Amino acid sequence: MQSTEWRLMPSVLETPAACELHDLGRMGYARALALQTNMVERRKRGEIPDQLLIVEHPHVITMGRNAHMANVLASTDILERAGIELHSTDRGGDVTYHGPGQIVGYPIVDLREWKRDVVAYLRALEQVLIDALAEFGISGYRRTGATGVWVDGAKVAAIGVHISRWVTSHGFALNLDTDLDYFKYIVPCGLTQPVTSMRTLGCTARREEVTAEIAGAFARVFDRAIMEKE
Amino acid sequence: MIDVEMPQMGESIVEGTLTKWLKKPGDKVERDEPLFEISTDKVDTEIPSPVAGTLAEILVEEGKTVGINTVVGRISDGAASSPSGSASPAATTAPAAVASPAPAPQATVAQSDGASHIDAAPQAAPAPAAAQDTGTVVEETAGPLSPLVRKMARENNIDLSRVKGTGVGGRITKQDLEAFLNGQTGTAVAPVSAPRPVPAPPPQQAPVHVPAPAPEPARQAAPPPAPAPTQVAMPGAPPAMRVEPMTIMRQKIAEHMTFSKHTSAHVTTVHKVDMTKVAKLRDKLKGSFQAQYGFGLTFLPFMVRAACAALRQYPLVNASIEGTNIIYHRDINLGIAVALENGLIVPVIRNADEKNIVGLQRSIVDLATRARSRQLRPDEVTGGTFSITNFGSFGSIFATPVINQPQVAILGIGAVQKEPVVIEDAIAIRSTAYLALTFDHRLIDGALGDQFTAKVKSILENWSEEVM
Repeated sequence: MQSTEWRLMPSVLETPAACELHDLGRMGYARALALQTNMVERRKRGEIPDQLLIVEHPHVITMGRNAHMANVLASTDILERAGIELHSTDRGGDVTYHGPGQIVGYPIVDLREWKRDVVAYLRALEQVLIDALAEFGISGYRRTGATGVWVDGAKVAAIGVHISRWVTSHGFALNLDTDLDYFKYIVPCGLTQPVTSMRTLGCTARREEVTAEIAGAFARVFDRAIMEKE
Repeated sequence: MIDVEMPQMGESIVEGTLTKWLKKPGDKVERDEPLFEISTDKVDTEIPSPVAGTLAEILVEEGKTVGINTVVGRISDGAASSPSGSASPAATTAPAAVASPAPAPQATVAQSDGASHIDAAPQAAPAPAAAQDTGTVVEETAGPLSPLVRKMARENNIDLSRVKGTGVGGRITKQDLEAFLNGQTGTAVAPVSAPRPVPAPPPQQAPVHVPAPAPEPARQAAPPPAPAPTQVAMPGAPPAMRVEPMTIMRQKIAEHMTFSKHTSAHVTTVHKVDMTKVAKLRDKLKGSFQAQYGFGLTFLPFMVRAACAALRQYPLVNASIEGTNIIYHRDINLGIAVALENGLIVPVIRNADEKNIVGLQRSIVDLATRARSRQLRPDEVTGGTFSITNFGSFGSIFATPVINQPQVAILGIGAVQKEPVVIEDAIAIRSTAYLALTFDHRLIDGALGDQFTAKVKSILENWSEEVM
């Protein structure tokens, strides 16, 4: 061999658009929201690719734009005594609860680079969770007019999204081994329907396993290459 | 005065709830500044102002649900004070649709020169609702047509003014176009007024809605005849065609495949290889291999191993072309084509020649698994110097693969099959496969192509390396 000049060849088939995955672990709602807001702004400016934030919140009740205080069943001082924060947010949907044992996902996706379709986005988020649940033998499904993922008539994952200039924020909350008693303080999303968790359904999967399946399903449904970030 | 409409936030969305005005009448608003919020199902969306100006009027109160394209408010544009075209609709970013009161031809011009033309429009513009009553004529540049409808119309050369929209607000839907294509002329109506020239749509359209057909006396020519339907569809028959945009991956594949065919002088040579020795070895080791390593043993790592040895012997096959230079690569980075559900990707085993059969099989399983779950890192699909494609796994006995640019050769592996073979005038049952090497004849002559392939064949037929 005469010349041995070495260089990296460009890829023939490029990978799909990137999506950075951040597992934030346990983080307070306000702090995670600030982080999320910051990333949304950077995404709008095109400084970062799509993001998928995964987080677990301490007990908090959040109220969407369309929330009715009547759907918070406990008075504020009862909530305070139970150690539950109350937060207003700009996401869609009514009241919901987040807490330990829940896998909360905040995808920050520029829908201009996807389908420019907010309803298709909701359906895709449902698909991600349905696919991930299927990996653990749980058959989740959709219900017309009741966004979220359902199993045997009970809601296992809630979805609420905010969009600004086609960039998404907020997202989904999947009950892994959430203490479902906390949902008694609210009428989740204004629906008087039971909630459930993967644990209640007999699944003993660990958080990291479920998160990995969610990331994999997200990559497939949105055609994104997931890059794990510290 | 600019009308602000309830925007369409997706193809299936027909209405939205205005949840909150972020500005009060009389407030100044910048272009792209959030103006109001809408809610559809579980999504809240901030809608930016299409123009800079002053919010003059709120027509839809908070909490009301209205159809898309309904005028929800009016902005008196600040065109006089900001003449720099700031009143033009945010063509590429704003999801808000702007109902321009301008006559249609001006609205099309407004793409490039928004403010002045819109300003020139009569103030007493008819509300879009009026359009529904007058037999809607939606021009290609007008209205919230979905990208799919636009593309379909473009590809089929459909004059959209001849298609009657049955969607909300007279919007043309995919079904309308399909019906039109099926020759159900009952749904196609001639424009109520003179036809207008339909300009080619710019790639990113300003969502300008033309509220009413604009008669244009200067061009009173008869409408062009509708494209004659080539077939009469049975009632209720599925549409003759379906239009679907390519995924990004599909576009890339298409681009690279034609690019490769345009770039290299593709020649394929095929050698038949007797895989009996390898097949027997594999059969013997299959069980213990699986037990020890947790994944199966296939023919592919043997092929890779043989190819690496041949590449070391014939470095030109591991080279690439840059202009009039030949680039020889120190490393053998071997790309393995992996079929995905809806596409193809070629992850790379770096320094493949430094790995034994176990290491190669492990890399193949790992890369293929992560390719299918889309979890490859970018550096795992770059830097390949030679590729192997295993179409045999789909039953093909031989094929002529396309070179993975900027490489100069690709080895295709056909299915390993048992067949009768004549050996010294006796008929024997042997496991055989075809090896198809496609090489770039600009750099590799036929003789070298065959020497290389014969080397691969010889290594496989006389396999001597320990596997485990």
